[in-house]
Amino acid sequence: MRWLLLKDLQILRRSPLQALLLLAYPILIALLIGFAISREPGKPRVAFLNEIPAGARIAAGNGKLPAVGVDERICKQVECVHVGSRAEAAEKVRSGEVLAALILPADLIDRLNSLSTLHPETPRVEVLVNEENPLKAQVVDDRINALLGQANLFIAHQIAAEGGHDLELVIDGGNFEVLGRRVEILGLRGSSRILQQLRPSVPAALREPFDQVLRFMALSRDNLDVAAPLIDRLAQPIAVRTHSTSSPVPPLDVFAVAVAATLTLTFVTLLLVAGSLALEREENTFARLTGGLVSRSGLLAEKIGLGVAVGLVVTLLMLAGVQLFVGLDWSRFGLWLAAIVAGAAAIAAAGAALGAAARDVRAVSLLAFMIALPVALLSLVPSGAVGATLYDAIRVLTAVFPFKPALQAMTSALDSGGAGIGSPLIHLALLVIAYGALARIALRRFATV
Amino acid sequence: MEVGTEAALEARRLVKRYGAREALRGIDFSARPGERIAIIGPNGAGKTTLLSILSGTVRPDGGELNLPEAGLGWVPQQAALYRRLTVEENLLLFARLEQREEPRAAVEEMLELTGLTERRHELVARLSGGNQQRINIAIGLLARPLALLLDEPSVGLDPRQRARLWGFISGLGENGTTVIFSTHDIQEAERYGQRLLVLADGESLFDGSAEELRDAVRGEAPEAAGSDFETAFVAFLQHRGH
Repeated sequence: MRWLLLKDLQILRRSPLQALLLLAYPILIALLIGFAISREPGKPRVAFLNEIPAGARIAAGNGKLPAVGVDERICKQVECVHVGSRAEAAEKVRSGEVLAALILPADLIDRLNSLSTLHPETPRVEVLVNEENPLKAQVVDDRINALLGQANLFIAHQIAAEGGHDLELVIDGGNFEVLGRRVEILGLRGSSRILQQLRPSVPAALREPFDQVLRFMALSRDNLDVAAPLIDRLAQPIAVRTHSTSSPVPPLDVFAVAVAATLTLTFVTLLLVAGSLALEREENTFARLTGGLVSRSGLLAEKIGLGVAVGLVVTLLMLAGVQLFVGLDWSRFGLWLAAIVAGAAAIAAAGAALGAAARDVRAVSLLAFMIALPVALLSLVPSGAVGATLYDAIRVLTAVFPFKPALQAMTSALDSGGAGIGSPLIHLALLVIAYGALARIALRRFATV
Repeated sequence: MEVGTEAALEARRLVKRYGAREALRGIDFSARPGERIAIIGPNGAGKTTLLSILSGTVRPDGGELNLPEAGLGWVPQQAALYRRLTVEENLLLFARLEQREEPRAAVEEMLELTGLTERRHELVARLSGGNQQRINIAIGLLARPLALLLDEPSVGLDPRQRARLWGFISGLGENGTTVIFSTHDIQEAERYGQRLLVLADGESLFDGSAEELRDAVRGEAPEAAGSDFETAFVAFLQHRGH
């Protein structure tokens, strides 16, 4: 078997394009993933036009909130490209220089202030977008909605705080200014105290209605005390507390590295093994080899061994490349090896089944891509992202193909706080047996057709 | 070398089916050491199937096989070689797979036999069809078989290459190796086959020398008796309903 393995490596060496791809693929993936996860996510570029007059203030209860800080708050969330006119904003959106344009109209503060009057008007900001495709439209909508959601929340918090302050004045009393004059508010507590002091001097005939007033004031004070935190909660009525029902989630960078490593392993191993087996037929050597020199099972084992050996080297090369960008825990190297070898063996067995079924190098390469790419993408679909029935179908499909268990094994191997590696390794071992048997059956036809 | 009297290989009542189609219908066949046997017949006669069964690459559905212990060398119709390996690498790989004790010595022997010593480092893909076929045959000889099976060995070769190839194959017979080959070229079969086995639709129609086949034509299709061997052969087939 070692001579066959040596022969396949010699052939690989003699195919410069194939060898180059095998070497370049992991390096390219490592660089892409490395750059992607070692850089902060880029902020979307948004053209920003603020038409709000200088000095405009948002009325909140008896207070005023400065509107001038809006620029800084928005531009923390996006990369603002300040423009001087609507036409300039529109041009930048049209040309694609910016994702969208956000215009704060001059009447925005007046409309906001009208909310507390008898004639409220809806405050509006204007957004210019160039939704040249549905994906971009979705991205723009999500970004702008998130931005406005944050702005609304901020304003609601400020108004709630002012409202709470006013309520405190009603309950406890205090001072506030109206048109430059300082006005003192007695408050419910102070009023009750005074009335209690006056009670002994109230004629007996008036005691009953007097006590009714006192009870009403006490009741009002107690209820308004409860209302204050309620007003505060109105700004954000629902808080989120997340409980994970799954195993500890790996850090995003570790997961990204695991995805990249598994993708590399899948494509390299699958294409190599499937192509190598199909090549035996193209070169007419299959019949000669299995005519007494090597058993069919031996030939399959050799091809799987080839896939494991090359897949291991290429994936380790990729991980070494990623190490330049992301710190990996090399003390878990033994687990890396276990994950890569088990994953490569299952993928190689699937490749052998594919190679035996297709029997032509070009057809098998195309088939390998047609199967591996969608399965890899489907394996990344999270539960809840699609309907329950469709997700069940995806789960079955991705469990049948080795990519997902290989990804789970790789993630467990890379993440020290992650789930155990045992289950995915058992899953992969079962797939090796199943695909090995399928490949062996397919080889019967391979020889005769 | 003279042809031996003991059978080098023997097959009795061989049957092979592909689905509903019967590719071989009870073929009896034997070959003696040093004998050169040509298997001829129209397309679909069962020539390749018979050779594949004798080589062990296809299992028969019925019948008995008596093959030499030293094994058989199998040379498929299309060169079964790795085109991205050199001549020497191909020979060395198969010598190792044949478990020759001294694989490099075996390679030298085959390079000398094929006359390709000078081109040992060339990729097989760069060799002519004739030279590829010589390597193909040499690989079949690596196991030092008592019998060599060749499936249409001269297909696609020009006359000069063909002449060299048959010179090479004839030399093997002289060394005591039984050579069984299939061909569509009737003149070639007449010239290089000491015995002819005529198959049609999976049946054996004739087993004897070229001269004996001519005698049979004289008896069955006298109008073609004076024609060239190919015309006589076609008349024989037609007379037998094929």
